Amino acid sequence: MKTRPLAWEEFMEGVWRQNPVFVMALGMCPVLAVSVSAINALSMGLATTFVLVSSCALISLLRKWIPKEVRIATYIVIIATFVTVVDYLIQAISLTLYEALGAFIQLIVVNCIILGRAEAHASKNPPLAAIINALGMGVGFTLGLFALGSVREILGAGAWFGISLFGDGFQPWVVMLLPPGGFFVLGGWLLLFSFFARRRAGA
Amino acid sequence: MNEQTVHFMPRMDATPPARMVRVLALVAAICGSLVVAAHQGTLSAVQENKRIALERAVRKVLPEAREIIAYWLLPSGALAKANGAPPPGALVFHAGYDASGRLVGIAAEGAAKGYADTVRVLYAYDPHAQAVRGFAVIASRETPGIGDKVTKDKDFLANFPLSAQLSDDGTALAHEIRAVKHGTKTHPWEVDAIAGATITSRAVARAINEAAQALLPRLSPHLATLAQKT
Repeated sequence: MKTRPLAWEEFMEGVWRQNPVFVMALGMCPVLAVSVSAINALSMGLATTFVLVSSCALISLLRKWIPKEVRIATYIVIIATFVTVVDYLIQAISLTLYEALGAFIQLIVVNCIILGRAEAHASKNPPLAAIINALGMGVGFTLGLFALGSVREILGAGAWFGISLFGDGFQPWVVMLLPPGGFFVLGGWLLLFSFFARRRAGA
Repeated sequence: MNEQTVHFMPRMDATPPARMVRVLALVAAICGSLVVAAHQGTLSAVQENKRIALERAVRKVLPEAREIIAYWLLPSGALAKANGAPPPGALVFHAGYDASGRLVGIAAEGAAKGYADTVRVLYAYDPHAQAVRGFAVIASRETPGIGDKVTKDKDFLANFPLSAQLSDDGTALAHEIRAVKHGTKTHPWEVDAIAGATITSRAVARAINEAAQALLPRLSPHLATLAQKT
């Protein structure tokens, strides 16, 4: 049997086995709030990935110097810095997107996936491993958000990436765009995910 | 001396405070420089985006305008062409002119508390008809599919033009612009609220009313000057 390289395993950890949205159910606040459309979900996922990868890289670089008594304060300062950077970047790219994502960009600071990765992985591993692990988690988070955002936009607005799919006759299923719709779709995806996970375990 | 005095010894593996302070200062310095670099790097693009967004909103509410000039109405009552950041107390508005240089309308901003957050609107005032012709939403966090109907709902948009006549003494609007319950609009200055989105409808009406009450009485002495492009 061919053994896959360690980096690939490390990367897929976050994308599949430990997917932050579908397996660990972490960072649910932005997942439910900004996944009203595919583009919002994708942008939020990418912004979170950027913060996750950059802060894990810096934390891993500084891991030998950060005293354990002040590590949480240090991590938060580093994470907040990259959130501020991404906040400016999104404003520079598109104000419409910035308005749509609202306070959830700033709230990436308190996203538990990021602090969790910093504490559990980046603070104990060399930069390359930390970056690959963070990238996997970020991609997994983005996929989760995107899966929710696509379903909610298609059902709730009859469109995907703003492109109308069903024409004028479509009556939008508005509840899908409201917070309860987020829970419905999340529940649906969780069901699907655990169904496949169980089938694989049984096989 | 009591022999049993307990001496609290620092634990052997504890980091000396001086080192913690040094590391925190180093991390803060790295992070500070990153934030400054990001701010400097994106500043011009962000300002350009804001300008384009505002211009697009002004063009949307004054579609026939060929040229748009921003003005300040200073606290002294004087009129000045906008140049940089507005002085404190100045009201900002945009005058739209058609190809022949005739004033087609005035666009100005208003804001009021909506369901989720402040709703910021840009309304267009037609000085010839003394009416609010329409509005655009600049910023809102209203519920998608419910509160954001105010920009799409045909019945709601049919509220415009909205009468915004000045009172006889010219110090305020003759009639306050206000939202009324869906289906009970009887006057041209009333806004027929969307059923199910009453709070957002009311916010739009209040934003326009407050901004118009503040701007229009002070603007009216200048309308003759503004009528032709200068």
